[in-house]
Amino acid sequence: MKKKSVGQFLSESREASLVIVLIILLIVVGIINPSFLSFTNIRQIFLNNTLTFLMALGMLCVMLTAGIDISITSTLAFAGMSIGLLQKYNILHNTFLLFVIGAVIGIVCGFLNGIIIAKGHVAPIICTMGFMYIWRGMAYVISNNNWASGMDVAGFSDFGKDGAPGPYIILIIAYIIFFVVMKWTRFGRRIYAVGSNTEAAQVSGINVDRTLTGVYTIMGFLAGLAGVLSVSIYASAQPNMQYGKEMDVIAACVIGGVSMSGGRGSVAGTFLGALIIGIISKALPMVNIPNFWQNLIKGVIILAVVILNVVTQRTMERQNLLRREM
Amino acid sequence: MKKKLISLLLSTALAATLLAGCGSSAADTAAPAADSGAQEAAPAADDSAAADTAAPAANAGGTTYALVTKSAGNPFMERMASGFQEAIEAQGGTVVIQNPEAATPDAQISVIQSLISQGVSSIAVDGNDANALTAVLTEASNAGIKVLTLDSDVAPDTRTVYCNQAGVSQIGETLMEAVYDLTGGEGDWAILSATSQATNQNAWIDAMKKLMESDSKYAKLNLVEVAYGDDEPQKSTDQTQALLQNYPDLKVICAPTTVGIAAAAKVLQDQKSSVKLTGLGLPSEMAEYIGDDDAHSCPYMYLWNPIDLGRLAGYTSIALVDGTITGAAGDKFTAGELGDYTIEEIDGSTQIILGPPFKFDPSNIDEWKTVY
Repeated sequence: MKKKSVGQFLSESREASLVIVLIILLIVVGIINPSFLSFTNIRQIFLNNTLTFLMALGMLCVMLTAGIDISITSTLAFAGMSIGLLQKYNILHNTFLLFVIGAVIGIVCGFLNGIIIAKGHVAPIICTMGFMYIWRGMAYVISNNNWASGMDVAGFSDFGKDGAPGPYIILIIAYIIFFVVMKWTRFGRRIYAVGSNTEAAQVSGINVDRTLTGVYTIMGFLAGLAGVLSVSIYASAQPNMQYGKEMDVIAACVIGGVSMSGGRGSVAGTFLGALIIGIISKALPMVNIPNFWQNLIKGVIILAVVILNVVTQRTMERQNLLRREM
Repeated sequence: MKKKLISLLLSTALAATLLAGCGSSAADTAAPAADSGAQEAAPAADDSAAADTAAPAANAGGTTYALVTKSAGNPFMERMASGFQEAIEAQGGTVVIQNPEAATPDAQISVIQSLISQGVSSIAVDGNDANALTAVLTEASNAGIKVLTLDSDVAPDTRTVYCNQAGVSQIGETLMEAVYDLTGGEGDWAILSATSQATNQNAWIDAMKKLMESDSKYAKLNLVEVAYGDDEPQKSTDQTQALLQNYPDLKVICAPTTVGIAAAAKVLQDQKSSVKLTGLGLPSEMAEYIGDDDAHSCPYMYLWNPIDLGRLAGYTSIALVDGTITGAAGDKFTAGELGDYTIEEIDGSTQIILGPPFKFDPSNIDEWKTVY
């Protein structure tokens, strides 16, 4: 086997091209505002985007099966609002139990998505769109025009306090588990199989319905967990919390090289994608870009990275083809 | 034709049964005017008001007064609506409260259109945009509906009068004075606002900027940035952290928005920052952060009473509909227990000012945090 040039290496690995993008971003922002590269700042990038990082893992699984879930922030709001109100009305103040309750709500929401998509053969975007309205609506209904915040969630919010280790530990554990599961377990490989070729998977004895249901349930679980974390980190439960943020999660996956048509994507890529999204939202206010321009620039960066990704992918495929011909 | 008539009768009967089932107050349970009115009148997400808003009565006895808030699921709006409802129901009127699902002008336009078709007598709007509502509010006025605004104003020629929580210059002065006090008279300070097009936010910020230019007392204060947190906790947190990092000499952040001030308070308190915070916030949201010592990030802040603001808008609606006032400067009326008010000409538009902003500090926060 001949030695590869650096250029070849980069064009052969999508993750590598993302790392390059990341380094360029960091250098540019670092030059404009050196304080961006401080430890506190890097730490806050992870804290402020814990929810995106966490839910991107679930979205990775969903997108690997060629699906999509746009109900996640509604599930998040419903779970978050529920545990916020439990504290507001002094029913429960145990942090661990609140996490369990939020996660269970998420699991139920996700399971319903999964069962309808798998058994009912409803297109994922349609099914999750329905639940997007339902769970958001539920969050409004149970809130009854109240917020839970400040003193209501005092104590509980210490878990997600800036500087507390909780959110980082959850993130690290989640990424390790998903890395292992997606790479080395039968369940992980089944998800890839279902996504790349459903019929082939079925024929080879994989229970497609069960895999699909499992995937959406995992997504729901992570969204519920994110809801609890959100209340803890921002010390505030509002029915409109994280409204529209599902797009950040999908963008993180897409940037990370997860294919919308299924079967392709990795935990490492998802991590890098979420990190890029986090850096963008943290950096734009810090490099003195006027508020009106921030969304526009975010969109341009997302598109640029995705196009770069597609180009890398093509080159990769072409090179593979060439190698086969030789 | 016959079939149509029968179905109309049937649906009217059905609506009437529904009404009775709702158990709304006996006085207003006259048959609804039209069959379609019954469903439309129900507010989007306000359970508490549902029973009272079932349908506008057809006879002259029940005048219907509408309130359109900024959005559903906001405690400030909820308190404001409760004051409005209380004032009007005490006078025997019917109240329709509409909470748009999102804090956008387009969401308000569609609820205002449905109110016009229901034929309400007055509409009080908390505007999400100064100009976007012009067409629909003109349409309402042309239909003979009295249009007024509260909390956040719209273009002055599209409404009769604006119930202002406190004069713009009054709020500007109060906040500027607070910044002066907390900085010790000199140094860097920043503003954390809501969205960049929020009418009231921009008016207050402009008033503060003008004061800084005109009054030499504030000459040593340096406003470094106006950041926008879009009334989202996450974005407000990002923006606050960016302010702290970009301006190491920052002394004070002033956040004239309830979501922004709570998010900023948490960031400052978690980081044990020496930067102090003031602005406009809800006592229940801010109780955790108000205190004189270093452990608390907000020494004091201001707000008005949203319940009283809603009441004032309620009494104003009644006065406009019964003809006591027309919305012209100099008109006088009595707003129940709130006292006598006169419409004033301020900055070229007619306004009713509720009163000076109220100061919340460690001495009174415990008593107010349970109220709103």
